[in-house]
Amino acid sequence: MTPYTPVHVGSVTKYVVIESFDLTPADLAIRAYEISKGAMIKETCFGLVINGREDEVNRIIAGLRKIDPDHIFVKDRGFPPGDPRRCRANLGGARPGYNGMEYEMTIIPYISHGLEELNKKDATAVPPPANPLEHPLLDISRLKKLIDAQES
Amino acid sequence: MVKVFIYPATSLILSDMVARFGHTPLSSATAIRERVQTAGLESPPLQITPEEPKKGLKWAAVEVPAGVRGRMSLYGPMIEAAGAAIIINDADLAFGCMGCARTNELVKFLLHQKEMPRLELNYPKNEDEGVKFVAAIKRFLTELGAAK
Repeated sequence: MTPYTPVHVGSVTKYVVIESFDLTPADLAIRAYEISKGAMIKETCFGLVINGREDEVNRIIAGLRKIDPDHIFVKDRGFPPGDPRRCRANLGGARPGYNGMEYEMTIIPYISHGLEELNKKDATAVPPPANPLEHPLLDISRLKKLIDAQES
Repeated sequence: MVKVFIYPATSLILSDMVARFGHTPLSSATAIRERVQTAGLESPPLQITPEEPKKGLKWAAVEVPAGVRGRMSLYGPMIEAAGAAIIINDADLAFGCMGCARTNELVKFLLHQKEMPRLELNYPKNEDEGVKFVAAIKRFLTELGAAK
């Protein structure tokens, strides 16, 4: 049993992910360094990892969001940047947890489009999405089409 | 500001949407952060110690595998603290070993058992669905803010 001494206690770490044709992680990193007051900022292939006091991290993220609000996405991270238990530099291959983010990166363009559209119109005017818990019965006409397609 | 449990708990999209529209997302990162920043005995990689499956007994029976109970020690307190939930039902990224799969079932079950506002969605598959997806979340979170 080895005693565990945590590092960066009391800090928060957040991912800033960009999905944009106009902005690169390097642009965002430069802006983050400009407005940062003591936070740790790491540039990655998908955006930034920012670590520091919660109010400072939130202030930086609020500043970054202003650049391209519909194409910048933020989420919490449990580990500080470069932590040997998570960093791919130590482990090799994709960072554990990256696969989930990679999957959502394929959906994020639709989300960005949704955010852009909602800047132009009211959310209450948009019809609700299909209820995923409903399993609609097979329509008779569709069933007939399927049968016809099989028979022909 | 309402604490909103997100499923999948690692979702970037849901975490961002909840924070963007003025509420607090409850994600697995915040639960892991608590453990990673607390001194104790070294238990890499997630600092899940043998104590966690014991804490998980509150939500899962003793014959349930320790993997599920250990995970429930992360998610259980968050579900109890949550004032609302957003669930994505076709989240293939939440797929994993039996521990993950059974924990996901139990988390969804507990979210459905708890009486609180709940939004059920699927991931959008095109731009039109993207607009509906974002609008549904925005409406849900705005009504949540107005109700509190």
